[in-house]
Amino acid sequence: MKTVKVSLGVMAMAFAVISTSCKNNEKNSNTTIEDAATERAVPMEENRMESSNAAQTDASLTTYLELKNALVNDDQEAAAKAGEKMVGQLKTFKTENYEQNDQQELQDIIEDATEHAEHIAESPIGHQREHFDILSKDMIDLIDIVGTSQKLYQAYCPMYNNNKGAQWLSVTKEIKNPYYGSKMMDCGEVQREIN
Amino acid sequence: MKTIKIIALVFLVVLVGIQFVPTNRNQSEVVPKSDFMLVNNVPKDVQDKLKVSCYDCHSNNTAYPWYNKIQPAAWFLEDHIKEGKDELNFNEWGEYSDRRKNSKLRSIISQIEDDEMPLDSYTFIHGDAKLSKEEKTEMIQYMTQLKNSL
Repeated sequence: MKTVKVSLGVMAMAFAVISTSCKNNEKNSNTTIEDAATERAVPMEENRMESSNAAQTDASLTTYLELKNALVNDDQEAAAKAGEKMVGQLKTFKTENYEQNDQQELQDIIEDATEHAEHIAESPIGHQREHFDILSKDMIDLIDIVGTSQKLYQAYCPMYNNNKGAQWLSVTKEIKNPYYGSKMMDCGEVQREIN
Repeated sequence: MKTIKIIALVFLVVLVGIQFVPTNRNQSEVVPKSDFMLVNNVPKDVQDKLKVSCYDCHSNNTAYPWYNKIQPAAWFLEDHIKEGKDELNFNEWGEYSDRRKNSKLRSIISQIEDDEMPLDSYTFIHGDAKLSKEEKTEMIQYMTQLKNSL
């Protein structure tokens, strides 16, 4: 009897090894409470067509701003959550209502941005910030094409990435640096006002 | 004593059994037109280093080590290669948009700068894949120049 048990145990272990090497990539769903995102994009009301276009930008913009706030607060977990949310929103982004040349550009932007959001969803904070840098560039270019009803400030930190500098978007004029967080909260300047 | 024998036997059976589980081998004779080396004018030194240090996991053709024939090592490799190619496939470089090329180059540069690539688990076995300080500088310089030319 004992031998049967033991051999069953060995079998179970072997099975476990096999099944873990087949790797189930289940992402552990974070059950944290809604993060303290203070900035939210306001949905716009205009004519139908425009508003459905702008609505999809505003959704990802809202999440982008949540992500930015999480990084300002040095909160890796909230940033990861926002990244994951953004992946879903970007995937449903429809480009067919735009002009032909814009469509290709938009597809490129969305493909790139999705990849960065995916990385943000599963990386330590240093990496999240690196991807946030390029994601910010994508968001700025996205908004240049599709527009937004939101009043935004494009800010710039000259020090990040070995002094190569990095931009981000915010709804407040006041500088709160997402690349350094509490280490250097007020590094940066407003480059441009959008709307 | 009898128990030990049975355990050993079961273990052996499982070990032999898993050798029959098929794996996808990442091998291809064809180098597509979109390959990094064909699209860009890459200096010979950098080409050689890329082939040895990066292409095993970041292209459609892996120079497999002998132990790839043995499970569970083969699974481990398969997993790494799949993940590596998802992130960056040098064979498909020409198909990436300029925006993505820019992103990829940015990541390549920072991964090399921070010694995150090539992976330690890889250089542990492939000593020749390690990048010396000079090779790192050369690689970063080339990738930066390529990024700026986009």
